Amino acid sequence: MFRFILSPRTWRKLSVAFAVTVLMMGLLPGAHADWAEGDPLPGLETFGLEGALPALEGKVVLVDFWASWCGPCRKSFPAFSTLHESYSDRGLVILAVSVDDKREAMETFLESRTPPFAVVRDAKSTCVADAGIEAMPTSFLVDREGIIRFTHAGYHGEQTDAALKREIELLLKED
Amino acid sequence: MRRLRERGARERRNLLAAASGVCVVVLVLPLCGAGCANVKPWEKDILSDYTMRPDRDSLSDTMYEHVYFTREAATGGRGVGGGGCGCN
Repeated sequence: MFRFILSPRTWRKLSVAFAVTVLMMGLLPGAHADWAEGDPLPGLETFGLEGALPALEGKVVLVDFWASWCGPCRKSFPAFSTLHESYSDRGLVILAVSVDDKREAMETFLESRTPPFAVVRDAKSTCVADAGIEAMPTSFLVDREGIIRFTHAGYHGEQTDAALKREIELLLKED
Repeated sequence: MRRLRERGARERRNLLAAASGVCVVVLVLPLCGAGCANVKPWEKDILSDYTMRPDRDSLSDTMYEHVYFTREAATGGRGVGGGGCGCN
């Protein structure tokens, strides 16, 4: 179409250069790692989380990313407390990772609930960014070998509760 | 021969102009997107604040509704489908 301006050969060179530039720009944001089912859970101690991490080795672990400003996250806490009471003696560890910017907001919420499971804060959002979650809350269920087996994006009440219960029982039965 | 040389020079000028154009586009396009923000799910703290809700002040809503009714001789139609045509 624009042969009168440049020769086809030159247009081809320009097209290749433009395509390479666009490709490189597209690759830039894809540098972070998303946690996926089948992948090992990264070492959480490397993210500088505020609060004491429980011992996770050999346990079935439920890692839940939540925030005090997130309505479904608040609704999920009673259900997680029930799961903790039902399965903690069989080897379930629940780790709630708060992504609250303000520590006071998290503490005010926790004062009214006092969860029986471990809560830490991802103050710099490094852990949640590495997980690459797409919804709040998102929970990852990890087996005794440290492999992420199930992921739940969002909290959908009884539907999520039933799925978590079924999956936790499955993982607890595995050696 | 001379015609060929002129053609080569013209081609080089055009190539330079096209390359400059591509560079300008590549540099300016990201600037156009500077007003956009990709908010991650864990960054929606402020967006989920009560003050961001359009229906946070019921008195204000009532007043706006009154003005709207006075001006348009119609009421309602907020947050629901349809434009008053009665077809929904």
